[in-house]
This record gives sequence, structure tokens and C-alpha cells, in this order.
Amino acid sequence: MTGKTFEYAPAPESRAVVDLASSYGLFIGGEFTAGGGSASFKTINPATEEVLAEVTEAGEADVDRAVAAARRAYERVWGPMPGRERAKYLFRIARIVQERSRELAVAESLDNGKPIRESRDGDLPLVAAWFFYYAGWADKLEHAGLGTEPRALGVAGQVIPWNFPLMMLAWKIAPALATGNTVVLKPAETTPLTALLFAEICQQADLPAGVVNIVTGAGPTGQALATHAGVDKVAFTGSTAVGRGIARSLAGTDKRVTLELGGKAANVVFDDAPLDQAVEGIVNGIFFNQGHVCCAGSRLLVQESVADEVLERLKARMTTLRVGDPLDKNTDVGAINSAAQLARIRTLSDTGDAEGAERWSAPCTLPDHGFWFAPTIFTGVTQAHRIAREEIFGPVLSVLTFRTPAEAVAKANNTPYGLSAGVWTEKGSRILWMAEQLRAGVVWANTFNKFDPASPFGGYKESGYGREGGRHGLAGYLR
Amino acid sequence: MSGSERVEVRKTYKLYVGGAFSRSESGRSYVVSDSRGRFLANAAQASRKDGRDAVVAARKAQPGWAGRTPYHRGQVLYRAAEVMEDRREQFVEQLRAAEGVGQRKADTFVDAAIDRWVWYAGWADKVAQVLGGANPVAGPYFNLSVPEPTGVVAVVAPAGPLLGLVSVVAPAIATGNTVVVIASQPHPLPAVTLGEVLATSDLPGGVVNILTGSAAEIAPWLASHRDVDALDLTGVDVDGDAGELARDLEAAAAETLTRVRRPEPGADWLATPGLDRLSWTLETKTVWHPIGI
Repeated sequence: MTGKTFEYAPAPESRAVVDLASSYGLFIGGEFTAGGGSASFKTINPATEEVLAEVTEAGEADVDRAVAAARRAYERVWGPMPGRERAKYLFRIARIVQERSRELAVAESLDNGKPIRESRDGDLPLVAAWFFYYAGWADKLEHAGLGTEPRALGVAGQVIPWNFPLMMLAWKIAPALATGNTVVLKPAETTPLTALLFAEICQQADLPAGVVNIVTGAGPTGQALATHAGVDKVAFTGSTAVGRGIARSLAGTDKRVTLELGGKAANVVFDDAPLDQAVEGIVNGIFFNQGHVCCAGSRLLVQESVADEVLERLKARMTTLRVGDPLDKNTDVGAINSAAQLARIRTLSDTGDAEGAERWSAPCTLPDHGFWFAPTIFTGVTQAHRIAREEIFGPVLSVLTFRTPAEAVAKANNTPYGLSAGVWTEKGSRILWMAEQLRAGVVWANTFNKFDPASPFGGYKESGYGREGGRHGLAGYLR
Repeated sequence: MSGSERVEVRKTYKLYVGGAFSRSESGRSYVVSDSRGRFLANAAQASRKDGRDAVVAARKAQPGWAGRTPYHRGQVLYRAAEVMEDRREQFVEQLRAAEGVGQRKADTFVDAAIDRWVWYAGWADKVAQVLGGANPVAGPYFNLSVPEPTGVVAVVAPAGPLLGLVSVVAPAIATGNTVVVIASQPHPLPAVTLGEVLATSDLPGGVVNILTGSAAEIAPWLASHRDVDALDLTGVDVDGDAGELARDLEAAAAETLTRVRRPEPGADWLATPGLDRLSWTLETKTVWHPIGI
């Protein structure tokens, strides 16, 4: 490998396919409405720092209104509606998402900073698939093995992160609606736009008013939603710190809760692994979505005998990564989602230097505006280093080595997290043994970062509880 | 009283931790009375250190117990039913003395407790098929979800001193978890006798650890313990001020995202159980592998 990037002409996706309003209200009871207060915030394009739209900051009174609308819709329309009819609304939504997927992909990349290749080929197909999959469950719940008379919980309060904004919305809303619940969803403050476009889709689908309500805002809005007395179920995806706070604040209530939290996944490469495939898997594991992935393979555990070779190939591969304009179809790594996240990545990376690990970043020219961080690896990392223990949530890989399978397992499991793990080896019995030993909710063997609506996803230990996806994903929304 | 009449040998009721019967490290005990307030026995009053020792024992036993084949675990649970059946009269007597219930009611509860072991024994090698399986993903991947035990489960047992206790312990261990259980404080004797059953049922030491004493005293240390994976508050009182204990325990468990099962006042233990007492202590692991040539 030469390590040289081919010269490519820019291939930007057209922004013109997205028609954003200059400001957005809250989507409550089927209508966009003004917030009760005057507070609003701007959502920006993290690749350029350009303002995309002004968004309403929902206060407690707004959350109250949204929960009341959801309750009405649950009691009068959605709860009593036969599953086969609910299903048809979800199928409609899936179809409209497919029809508008190009527009939604561009909007997602604008607001989030992720490469259009990923929003177009990853996020959006999965969003449609999620609604399509759960639509099919709506009239089959009594066959799901979750009791003979499964019943909806009522109103679900859902709070989602900024890394896969529309996909996280789909993961939350599709199973909730399929099981007969209504929802109030709060998108992340840095990425509210596709949720607001989704509100338009609900209108286009003639979804009954109040079944889906979208309230925008930051942490306090989420807190107001999670602790609202009228919410029967809280579903949260985000940091372990916030998830812990939610679990604490719901203690002693009868609210149900599912939490999908942080991770520090080990990606374990054995000496008999197909190394080129493994290197692709390592790159996909940590640099996919700029490493803004809770299940990112952020700890590379490589067997000592092949460590030098793997690192050499990894660096060569990283040198070919194209970092830059998220809307360019050739881009591999886009913008960091926010200034705050960039600061956190820098701070944690600096501790890597300070604690004695060796930093290497892919040579690339970063744009002048916006938030950027070059794909980076740290070698000589020990288990005690902060960069081996804490979730960085950015394009930063910590490399550790091991000698024996037992050592690999001990190191992989030496974390309070347990969301995902990767294994690379050609030996079938070792794959199955490793899959048994790893304490993680998802194990990718000779692959990484694969998602599917039929496949349960969720963590062990402090990565949270409950599963999203598959038959298992229904359980969190039924009693 | 004639001089030749035999004096009975009374039993010391101890904790059951790590497969051994031990007194509380605190040296404390408390008086257990029958339904009419008469002295029955002194029971060991477990301390927070006993609780922590029990967690250590449970953690140590967990990988080995989970590593047994499900078939094997099922046989051990069935063996517990067999040994209990042998001691049926003893349990009936203990229930009658403890709760003051009549013969028929005591028979019903003891029989149901024995049958509950049989029910969960059968589940040990079936639950994985019912709760897991192949996932039909849209791509060339082998994708399988399997339930795995979450690890160490701390339990506050319900007031039902035998059936309630068996109903919360058996499902947790059937799937490979290990348990630290705080038995009913007023009626601990059937729990200790159950420990004797388990000790002679080929159940490895440490899989079930039984503490007698005050839930209010011990449970907070288990709830906040970082090596406890799941917390079953079924038996925690929720009436009046007691509701605060349940809330505090759940809040303490939140610090490490310990799975929590909330109090279940008024549960009908005679009803046939569903799957939920098995499923709540299980984690779902999903494994992906590409298919290709």
C-alpha cells in the first residue's frame, strides 16, 4: 500500500433537496405550536457552524401539554384501535420515509455532521426498516411470547441522542406505537431537525393527533419529560451518567424504564484473523460516524504476535480515510457533532498523552470552520489509562495487546460497560468460546457495527438495560 | 417429669453462606416466636459484613454454576424438590408453628413449594429456546440471540416464609445466576431448613446464600454493592413509611445500573408462575457472524 489518497473531484450532494424552515415550533397534538415561553435555540451545521434553524426550547408547561395530548390520544384513539389498523399507519410512515429518504439523509448530515454516505446508506434504510418491521408486529402481539394478553403501558417519554438522530427516533417510536403506546419524544438539542421533519411525516400519514409528539430542548426538557407524572414509561439512549440519574429519579415510582447507555467495546483481533478484513473492521468499528457510537470498538485488543503488522496496516488504511465535507459522497469521516463534544474528545485525548500513551493521527487537512478531529490511535495503552476506561465518543482508538485468549477475555471484560464486543479469528470454536465469555449485549464476530430491526440490541452492566430490536424490543412497551 | 425422659436436642439456626452454616460474624441473634408469641428459637441476625461475605460467595460460585449444562442445573433443582419432599412433614410443622395456619393450608403451601422446584427445574433447559433464537436479519449473517444469567442476584424474600422464598430463589438460579437472599425476618426458620435441603441437593456452595435478620439493615448494603447485578425487592414492605426503603434501595441500585425488580405486595404465590421471574435476571446476548464461502 502506498498510503496515498487518490485524487477525487468533489462530489457534493445537493442541499436543495431539503427545504428547512427558519424556525420550528413544538409538535404537540398533531400541530406545530409555539412554546409557552420565549426560549429558543439555534441548531447549526457542525461542519460549517452555519445556523440551520431556530428551534423552540420546551419548558415544563410545554412538556405537560405534550404528555396530555399523548394521554388523550392513547385513551381515545390509539389504545382502542385494533393492531391491524395501527400497523397500517406504521407501514405508511415506513413508506413515506423511503419516499423522502434522500431529503432526510441530507438533513441528517447537515444537522449532525455525519457523511452523506452513511446517512444515505445506513441511517435512512434502517429507519424505514425499523418502522416496517414493527408495523408487522402490531397485530401479532399475543404471539410474541410476552403473555397471552399483552397490553400497552400508556404514554412513553423518550429521550434520544444526537449520534443517529432519526434512527434513534425510529428505534424508540416504532415499537412504542406498534404496541399501542403513544409517545412524547425529545430529540437531542444539537440535532432536532430530522425529528421535526418526522413530525411532518406523521401529518402526511394522517397519524391521529397526539400519538406522536415532539418536544425540542436540552437536558432540563428531557428531565421534565422523564419525571413527568403522566408518563408511564421512560426510554432513554445516551450517556451512562444521565441514565443513572434517570434510574435514580424513577426509583419508587411505577414507571417502566429502558436505558441504552455508554460503552467501551473491545475489538479483539487474534493472530489467525484475516488481517485485511480485521483492519477494515477496526476502522469501521471506531471511525464509523466519527466514533460517535455507543457500541464503537474503541479498545483494540490485538494479539501480541501480530500487533506490529496490524498497526502498520491500520495506519496505512487510516491514511486513505477522507475527512471533510459531510455532504461529499466520497467522505469517510465527517464533522464532530458539536464544540462541546470536540472539547471532550480533546480533553480525553490529552490525558492519553499525559498518561504516557503514544498518539498517532492520520495525516489529513481539516477544514477551517466547524468541528473536526483527525482519526487517531493511541498505542502503549494500559488498562489503567483513562482512554482505556472512559467513553471518548469520538474517532479515537486505544490499542492494547494480549498473549492468550484468557487474557483477551479478562481485558475485554475489565470495564463497567457491556454493550458490544468484536472478535476476529478464523477459528470457529474460538469465536463461539469468545462469544460465550464476553460480557456484552452484542458480539460481532468477523464483522462490526451491524444493525437490523430484527436483531436485539442493548447492554450488560452499566451499558443499561432492556433491548431494542426484534421480538425482545416489544417487551419494554408491554405489560 | 421422670428422670429417665429424654431431653430433645435442639437445633441452632444459622446463616447459609458459601455452602456452610455459620453464625453471624457479628455474634448477634434474635428471638423467633411462633404465631402465639412463644419462643421457637434464636436465629442468627446477619450483619452488613455477612451480606458482603455472601456476595463474595455468590460471585465466586457464579461462573461455575452458569457453566454447568442447563440439563445439569435442572437436575439439581429437581433434586431439591426430592429432598424437600422427604422433609415435607418438617416444613409443614414449621409453617404451622410460624404462621399459625391449619394443617390443610400448611400442606397446600409446602406442596406448592416443592412443585415450584419441579416447575423451574424443567425450565432450566428450555428457557433459552423460548426467549432466544435466530434473528432473520436483512443480510448474509448468522444472527443468534441467547439469554445469559446476569450474575449475582440479591433478593429480599417475601413474607411467605417458604413458598414465597422458593418462588423468588428457584427461577434466579435455574438460569445460572447465584443468589443472596434475605429471608422473612419474622419467620426465618423454614428458610434455614431450606438451606439444609439445598446443601444436600448437590447445589454447589455459594449458589444460594441465605441470610436471616433485618432487611432494612442488610438490604441497603446489597443494593449499593457494585458486585450485585440484580436486586429483587419483592418482599420489601411498601406500606406507609416503609415505602421509603424500597425507593432508597432502588435509588442505590441505580448507581451501578443494577437491574431492579420492584416490591410485589399481595402477590399470589399459589398461581402458576409465568416467565417473567426467569426473564428479568437474564441478559440477551446477540451474536453476529457473516455467512460466506
